[in-house]
Amino acid sequence: MLTQEQLAHVAQLARIDMDEAELQRMAEQLDAILRYAAKLSEVDTTGVAPTTHTQDAVNAFRDDVVQPSLSQEQALKNAPLHNAEAFIVPRVIT
Amino acid sequence: MDELYTLDLHQALSLLEQGEISSLELTQSHLNRIEAVDGRIKAYITVGAEQALAQAKRADADRAQGRAGLLCGAPLGLKDLLCTTELPTTCGSKMLKHFVAPYNATVVEKLQAAGAVILGKQAMDEFAMGSTSEHCAFQIPENPWKAGHICGGSSGGSAAAVAAGECLASLGTDTGGSIRQPSSHCGVVGLKPTYGLVSRYGAIAFASSLDQIGPIAKNVRDSALMLEAIAGFDEKDSTSIRRLVPRYRDALGKDLTGMRIGIPSEYFSQALDSEVEREVRKALSTLENAGARLVEVSLPHTEYCVAVYYLIATAEASSNLARFDGIHFGYHDPDSTDLLDQYSRSRAVAFGDEVKRRILIGTYALSAGYYDAYYKKASQVRTLIRADFTRVFKDCDLIASPVSPHAAPAIGAMENNLVSMYLADILTISANLAGIPAMSVPCGFTSEGLPIGLQLQAAHFHEETLLQAAYAVEAQLGISTVKPVL
Repeated sequence: MLTQEQLAHVAQLARIDMDEAELQRMAEQLDAILRYAAKLSEVDTTGVAPTTHTQDAVNAFRDDVVQPSLSQEQALKNAPLHNAEAFIVPRVIT
Repeated sequence: MDELYTLDLHQALSLLEQGEISSLELTQSHLNRIEAVDGRIKAYITVGAEQALAQAKRADADRAQGRAGLLCGAPLGLKDLLCTTELPTTCGSKMLKHFVAPYNATVVEKLQAAGAVILGKQAMDEFAMGSTSEHCAFQIPENPWKAGHICGGSSGGSAAAVAAGECLASLGTDTGGSIRQPSSHCGVVGLKPTYGLVSRYGAIAFASSLDQIGPIAKNVRDSALMLEAIAGFDEKDSTSIRRLVPRYRDALGKDLTGMRIGIPSEYFSQALDSEVEREVRKALSTLENAGARLVEVSLPHTEYCVAVYYLIATAEASSNLARFDGIHFGYHDPDSTDLLDQYSRSRAVAFGDEVKRRILIGTYALSAGYYDAYYKKASQVRTLIRADFTRVFKDCDLIASPVSPHAAPAIGAMENNLVSMYLADILTISANLAGIPAMSVPCGFTSEGLPIGLQLQAAHFHEETLLQAAYAVEAQLGISTVKPVL
């Protein structure tokens, strides 16, 4: 059972602000999904390696050479707040 | 001449080649068609009429100078998660409502290099999370065959636009069926390529080990041409595979003698709608008529694929969507004075419920104490699902089945039962988990006039076999020439 308290912790980890009513509603919905997912415990996976990737390719390296990238202007173009040099965020160190 | 939107991609390119029509006329015809029917279909989030007409003029000039690329002058659509510098890329979300990407997706660059005209950006479930397109933050596209019914998802707008003649073809993405299922629901041809065949650079990521870009087209031949245009290695995508791209069109028209097609018993369960089963079985007999042999096979871990998918895809999504922080791009909560509040409130306001649910499940599945029971367990069962396919493909060239257990339901019908909505993806999800190519080809209609699709799946990089068989089905059933009345 996924409790509201557990979900509040997860929401904080995921950086999503949620009020009581939303936590209650979502906890029920997510609990139903997780209960369904618990069906996987029926499967014996002893000694089975996990799959994270379906192709045999391992690492993709290229030569360590500087290549064109976004200009400062392009990189800042979609930022809600910037001063043409940097992104602006609320003060973190007080 | 305003019926040009009824042409398919090959017909249009051939008339352009012969000088019978111009790209400007063809593009204008599609823009008129969008103007006429999109109020009903709601397929487009953004139409770039001005840009499209400018591209059409350039295509006509290029052709006049003998510089026509593979798709020169063809007006196409794009799912609104493929980054474009000329038009916004919203991903169907309030989060990215005003986002204009600083670069084009590799597939967009490839289409433009081939001379294509981009008409606009098409509706989708927010961040591609959903199978009905009802989770689009701006509009719910409606099925061209029946008003009030969904067009499937997440690439619902793209499939609907192709079916309604609002573009010659489109590109969607498929993470658990998001190209194939809306194609099936809208009566068009959808192809999810092998993982790694098409570059994902510039496709806004949902679940990186599952996502793949592919074409949605009016018929199998057009689908083959579109795949030729977008496939190939790209150093900007570290999961892209170095391989030569074949001329996929050459696979069409060959008979299927000697081909073995596996019919998985697990895909024809009691949950299957009887009309869907009837039409799919009819399509299977066309494969036999073309020379293929049908053999019964088993994919024993099928019943676990939905659970595996909803843990792996959400875990990857929770990580991918962490980038939407209200600082670098996207919605920004103007009232927060604290950094953490700014993240949490921006995300709370701009993400819809389905996106929040999936981020939360994924975060939970990866969190301390639950990782082994959920994410790791799902990744291990994924290995067993892959092994099922490897075993079947030792003996078979293809696997055939329905795409979806039922035709397109009414809008709102799936709303109150999340688990049953997720379960409807059971027939498409495993191709993504195994990384194999799969296709949806129209094969019939329900008594209500809603389209039904046949799914074909093949081993890694066997797109030619898929196309060859799909073409044989299409040639015998002739479904792709039937159009919705709008």
